Amino acid sequence: MPRLNMVQAINMALKEEMQRDEDVVIIGEDVGKDGGVFRVTEGLLSLYGHERVIDTPLAESAIVGTAIGMGVCGLRPVAEIQFMGFIYPAIDQIFSHAARIRCRSRGRFSCPIVVRTPYGAGIKAPELHSESTEALFCHMPGLKVVVPSTPYNAKGLLISAIRDPDPVIFLESTRLYRLVKEEVPEGEYSVPLGKARVAQEGGGVTVIAWGSMLHRVLQAVSGLDVEVVDLMTLSPFDEVTVAASVRKTGRVIIVHEAPKTCGFGAELSATIAEDLMLHLKAPIIRVTGYDSVMPLPKLEDTYIPTVERIKKAVEEVLRY
Amino acid sequence: MPEKIIESFNVKRLDILDEQGNADASLMPSLAGDDIKKIYEQFILLRTFDARALNLQREGRLGTYASVLGQEASQIGSARAFEKSDWIFPSFREMGVSITMGYPMDMLFQYWSGDERGIRTPDDLNIFPVCVPVGTQILHAAGAGMAIKYRKERKAAGVYFGDGGTSEGDFHEGFNMAGVFKLPVVFICQNNQWAISVPREKQTASKTLAQKAFAYGFEGIQVDGNDIFAVYRATKDALDRARNGEGPTFIECFTFRMSDHTTADDSSRYRNTEEVEDWKQKDPLLRLKRFMEKQGLWTAEFHKQTEDRAMKLVDEAVKKAESVTHPDPKDMFIYTYEKPTPRLIKEMTDL
Repeated sequence: MPRLNMVQAINMALKEEMQRDEDVVIIGEDVGKDGGVFRVTEGLLSLYGHERVIDTPLAESAIVGTAIGMGVCGLRPVAEIQFMGFIYPAIDQIFSHAARIRCRSRGRFSCPIVVRTPYGAGIKAPELHSESTEALFCHMPGLKVVVPSTPYNAKGLLISAIRDPDPVIFLESTRLYRLVKEEVPEGEYSVPLGKARVAQEGGGVTVIAWGSMLHRVLQAVSGLDVEVVDLMTLSPFDEVTVAASVRKTGRVIIVHEAPKTCGFGAELSATIAEDLMLHLKAPIIRVTGYDSVMPLPKLEDTYIPTVERIKKAVEEVLRY
Repeated sequence: MPEKIIESFNVKRLDILDEQGNADASLMPSLAGDDIKKIYEQFILLRTFDARALNLQREGRLGTYASVLGQEASQIGSARAFEKSDWIFPSFREMGVSITMGYPMDMLFQYWSGDERGIRTPDDLNIFPVCVPVGTQILHAAGAGMAIKYRKERKAAGVYFGDGGTSEGDFHEGFNMAGVFKLPVVFICQNNQWAISVPREKQTASKTLAQKAFAYGFEGIQVDGNDIFAVYRATKDALDRARNGEGPTFIECFTFRMSDHTTADDSSRYRNTEEVEDWKQKDPLLRLKRFMEKQGLWTAEFHKQTEDRAMKLVDEAVKKAESVTHPDPKDMFIYTYEKPTPRLIKEMTDL
């Protein structure tokens, strides 16, 4: 079984899905000849041609709006937005159309598109190349939001996202792209959307994370009696797995690199407070990015939750 | 070295039927007498529908409504050129397009009364749900064009928007996509001179809207939007080109919004009555009637029969729309995703 990084695993998922289904097409900036700025779509143009690997003009709203039209007409476009910080021009198309077409047409039309975009900090890039605004998309009914944390689940989740009948925002951590390698099987398997996984079992504290923060959490709690829940899908999130872990530990920490205010941690925290208050032994703690603009690389490491901040939070909840 | 002209464009304008009802025979599309009578019937039906919608709104039986008055030739003329299998992307003022293509009027009344069941396009039509955000549907037409091209189908996509829509970013991005990929799309702008209170000359400094297409590498043409024959011909020609793989066309229908923007608007706040009076002389129905009289196709009896029939059809549609049961609150939930999420199921159960 090949050992792949996340870029290679996503590439494999795209390649195999395009092989399986002629309706799967790729659309985005520099996705063809260049293979994408992170090389995620490398080699697909030579395999499937310009009709299926479509280099577009530099226009994010056009990429998503065109993908919506293609999706409604029965294709399965996988759109790439080069960085999450550049997705904002396409937000009108995502919110006003992709998310609502099934509803607005009373089920006559659907929008089975995937919008892939690299997110998050950690590669020392210029402004707006390090955004982690997943919560914006989680707030919008009609969208699914997926954030893989490993090469294995990236491939499986992307297969599920492509086959899903509804629009999926698929967020790929730039820092994870080449950080971790693991065995990724060739051929078909899928990791279901809407299901979390327990990345480390434990009994004292539950730490919930996703995407890039998962690895930092695992590093921080290594050797401790801490359960780590990798959410993988943020919308809809797996309330069952979260609840089971919280019932077991009674102590909750949520870690994300997005700003704290209205970050997805707020939704998790509120849900746990609503449903599981009597199981809690300590206040819920959120370890997050700050409510400031994401800084340029010199202060990037200060902004993103560190191993130390996560460890400190674990010590704090254990004091109760 | 001297400067050179490296590119130049000519913007065409097509007029076939003048205000007195004289048609230029050399440009006249091939339409039999019965076709022309049918067009007249569609005009009367649309005017009857539109007037009834305004009345129902005043009586509180319909929500905010956007009248089509004055734009009938642009809508009926273009819609008649499409096939039912084509993909149509309307804005919110395209009742004439929908009715002409066979969308049930009772469903339109239902939609404008705030009942979403009215927007579920019948299976034999590919009319996309009404697009409320201005101009955003232009990109969907580009996407439909992309899908048609990919599947090598002999179809086209048509998209409707107004003069205001040409200022939106998605207009430019959509035109650019269509030009670059030579997509089978017909862009139809009803330049009705007013985007709520903003007049056409404040929308863009371009002399015409049609000329904007040239910057994206395809042809734009201005047609008299109150001339049903010119609109029909321009759309048919554009569709022939699209189906033959010759790419997109932009048609600017030069027309006028005779009514307020919507029933929530009062146009006397921003435009004078002389302008509206001037445009009354250019009425698209009046000139069609004059043409038909000259051709011996119009009689008072034919008109009366047409009007009576339209009234009956609209009466029936209103009755049908108003006799439906109240929407099931569960409808709010079941169309959010193909399968409701656990949280949606809980919310639905807790209702």
